[in-house]
Amino acid sequence: MTQSSQTTAFDSQETSLDVVTLRARFPILAKRIRGNPFVYFDNAATTQKPQSVIDALNRYYTDQNANIHRGIHYLSEQATEIYEEARRRAARFINAPSERQVIFVRGTTEGINLIAQTFGRQKVNSGDEILISTLEHHSNIVPWQLLAEERGASIKVIPIDDRGVLDFDAYVKMLNDRTRIVALSHVSNAIGTVVPIAEMCKEAHRKGIPVVVDGAQSAPHMKVDMQALDCDFFVFSGHKMFGPTGIGIVYGKDKWLCDMPPYEGGGGMIQSVTFEKTTFLDYPGRFEAGTPNIAGAIVLATAMDFIESVGLDNIAAYENGLLDYATEIFSQIDGLRIIGTAPDKAAVLSFILNDVHPHDISTFLDQDGIAIRAGHHCAQPLMKRFGVTGTARASFSIYNTKEEIDLVAESLQKIVNFFKR
Amino acid sequence: MNELFDLYQEIILDHNRRPRNFRPLEDHTCSADGYNPICGDSIKVFVKLEGENIEDISFQGEGCAISKASASLMTVDLKGKTLAEAQEEFKSFLAMLSEDEDFEVDFLEFGDLASLSGVRRFPARIKCATLAWHALEAALQGNEQTTTE
Repeated sequence: MTQSSQTTAFDSQETSLDVVTLRARFPILAKRIRGNPFVYFDNAATTQKPQSVIDALNRYYTDQNANIHRGIHYLSEQATEIYEEARRRAARFINAPSERQVIFVRGTTEGINLIAQTFGRQKVNSGDEILISTLEHHSNIVPWQLLAEERGASIKVIPIDDRGVLDFDAYVKMLNDRTRIVALSHVSNAIGTVVPIAEMCKEAHRKGIPVVVDGAQSAPHMKVDMQALDCDFFVFSGHKMFGPTGIGIVYGKDKWLCDMPPYEGGGGMIQSVTFEKTTFLDYPGRFEAGTPNIAGAIVLATAMDFIESVGLDNIAAYENGLLDYATEIFSQIDGLRIIGTAPDKAAVLSFILNDVHPHDISTFLDQDGIAIRAGHHCAQPLMKRFGVTGTARASFSIYNTKEEIDLVAESLQKIVNFFKR
Repeated sequence: MNELFDLYQEIILDHNRRPRNFRPLEDHTCSADGYNPICGDSIKVFVKLEGENIEDISFQGEGCAISKASASLMTVDLKGKTLAEAQEEFKSFLAMLSEDEDFEVDFLEFGDLASLSGVRRFPARIKCATLAWHALEAALQGNEQTTTE
């Protein structure tokens, strides 16, 4: 054991991650909630922001603000340059072959809708099938349902087992001549299952079927490499990875992006406009109508700098340590059942307590300064699969500690005792 | 913790554990599903009217301690009352939940329903406490469904 083990849950040898120093970079973590130290276990909903990200946002509006791609003046040129640099930064972050394959959107939800409404409309016709999985967040269900309804297509759903693992054999069998698109979560937001995207892409590509990946819950926790995954589209949100809200990214393969029609029409996405006919910019500009979230894109690049300064391998190892520890400690609580026990999980622990509704759990924990999420986590079909209406969910990030997990376990034990009275 | 004990009083825990009138009502004259899209909870309220009188009332469904206890307490409170009285009860119940923290709840006026007054300190939970009442209102208006949103 090293000296740091006195104050932190993980010593530096184990993970090469110094949690005390790291926590100090997140000002909000010093807050006290209802008189208690703030324990933030709702990271799958959104992460807290490091000072560097907060400063970058402040700097942009203090020092750099101008509209991009049009002004012939100093600040506009500067803003355009840092916006486009953010695109290059993002391309490096996900190992995209080219920055042109990075489209800035508001977030994962808008990204999936963009793909469904452009690419989806090109590909899906009457009688076709769109293949999704039981694990999906509503944002990777509803856009496809809207498309299927419009086109007279149908949604097929890959089953999972009782641990929350996708049935790979069933998946392979479900890929057929009518399958036009496969849309999958990389990591389940509700129960944490990691989905083997690379293998699943391989199977789909054998039949020429493109794969859309909802990476909202994977991008913050593990290295996502577009060329290694070989997915056709990958979508994620900035605010779940230490960046601001209102910014996200759609990555797409060149061969699809080049033929896709615009998503929204407006300024910034045109080559020329007459009342008779408009010609559009090539991608990515074609998909970024109107003034984009310039500040968001720039600050997201800062968040990516932050993540890479910590190191995604360190992050994954550290968070897996937290998850294993929480799984072990929470399992000792009377009447606690963990929902989702896949062997490969990331940073999410969903559970229920006998006779105590998740809402009541959340209210009790909140009194102790602990933030978790309670409810269906926008994954109602998945909840139904497990026979529950909702769960309590603790989701971890790099600034969480074993001590915090102990505090939450204590608090949970109090709840169990209280409702036993 | 005091506020918590205020919220989860013995009476609420009791109605959560052993909800009263927790059954379908075969010969109901109207019913409605109350649904909270935020948590996915739903409570169905059944009413049997005899003219203007609530002859019988019951509920079924899934919910947290607050929504279940509130539904249970509501059925106990309203059984045998007239529609006009029920309307009045709902109004004053909503008023109680929107009072500020210093408001002294009149236990004579509210009876056991007063045990839910602690909910007003937990704004996120007010919808839990009113779910069954909204379902009742929908049932009486002839709607089959309502949501808290």
